[in-house]
Amino acid sequence: MNTHLDGNVLGGTLGEIFAVDITSAVGQCASCGTSEAMGEALVYTDAPGLVARCRSCGEVVLRVNRTGGRAWLDMRGISCLELRTPGQ
Amino acid sequence: MARAAVLGRLTWQVGTVAEIRAETATAHTIVIDLPGWPGHAAGQHVDVRLTADDGYSVQRSYSIASAPGPDRLELTVQRLEDGEVSPYLTDTLKPGYPLELRGPIGGWFVWDPAEPGPVLLVAGGSGVVPLMSMIRARAAAGSAAPFRLVYSVRSPETVLYAAGLEQLSQVAGGFQMSYVYTRSGPPGAKVRIGRLNPVVLSAAGWTSAAAPAVFICGPTGFVEAAANLLVKAGHDPGVIKTERFGPSGG
Repeated sequence: MNTHLDGNVLGGTLGEIFAVDITSAVGQCASCGTSEAMGEALVYTDAPGLVARCRSCGEVVLRVNRTGGRAWLDMRGISCLELRTPGQ
Repeated sequence: MARAAVLGRLTWQVGTVAEIRAETATAHTIVIDLPGWPGHAAGQHVDVRLTADDGYSVQRSYSIASAPGPDRLELTVQRLEDGEVSPYLTDTLKPGYPLELRGPIGGWFVWDPAEPGPVLLVAGGSGVVPLMSMIRARAAAGSAAPFRLVYSVRSPETVLYAAGLEQLSQVAGGFQMSYVYTRSGPPGAKVRIGRLNPVVLSAAGWTSAAAPAVFICGPTGFVEAAANLLVKAGHDPGVIKTERFGPSGG
């Protein structure tokens, strides 16, 4: 299988790690510079963990894997993440 | 609903199945009681986790179908023949059974009843579920936001919420809908059979000139085809929000 879903599917896994919603966060792709809501990223779920790619250039922007009570998060494909912080 | 936006990490919670309703031959709505559930924003989903006696566990995402409200939520689950989770939810689960879930999840693919609209909803198959939550949220809030649903289905037998949609389109002013039948239409009716097309998406008053907010939900291929049609028709890609589901949704 090589079909993708989208960044909405990141919400549950990253919602256990972060106190803010990741799907509405705007990420700037470190490869092409495009800024887009993480919910619009292309997410591949058939790899170990979740792999999110930039919708514009296809480069990997985020990888997350959880197993055995640990999480591995690779965000080097995002140069800046703009998060909503409600109530502040 | 505002509480859904409060900062806080998600945790797994155990709810109790209150009721199960058949929507079609293969899709059931599961009503879950979950004391302390904060409510949700229309369009959000939950993750459901099943754990076997030997500790093996598997999880899937399901959209919330109900209007936002505390302590109770409804999911509609389409049974996938080779699915690992959905056959349990549609065939085995019964009222009184516990169900483990985490949520509400997602702040991107959501509609806020405070927004004045117009809103164009495009559903492929069971992609209608989160859009139904938006339609119900609109009705519950007494919103006058103009809403239009374009709902692509294989055949009339696979329509989710047929009676509810019919009722809402008649009583709630400002909500209209169109079906697209890809395999067969209602018996005796002369309707076009085929895929989503530019004509149905561009009904009077609903062209890109009206600049509606757009929510598209369905299988990946459907979502991308629908989004491409709308962008070609002049809609701003920046106002089109999409949610895809795929084989891992089973």
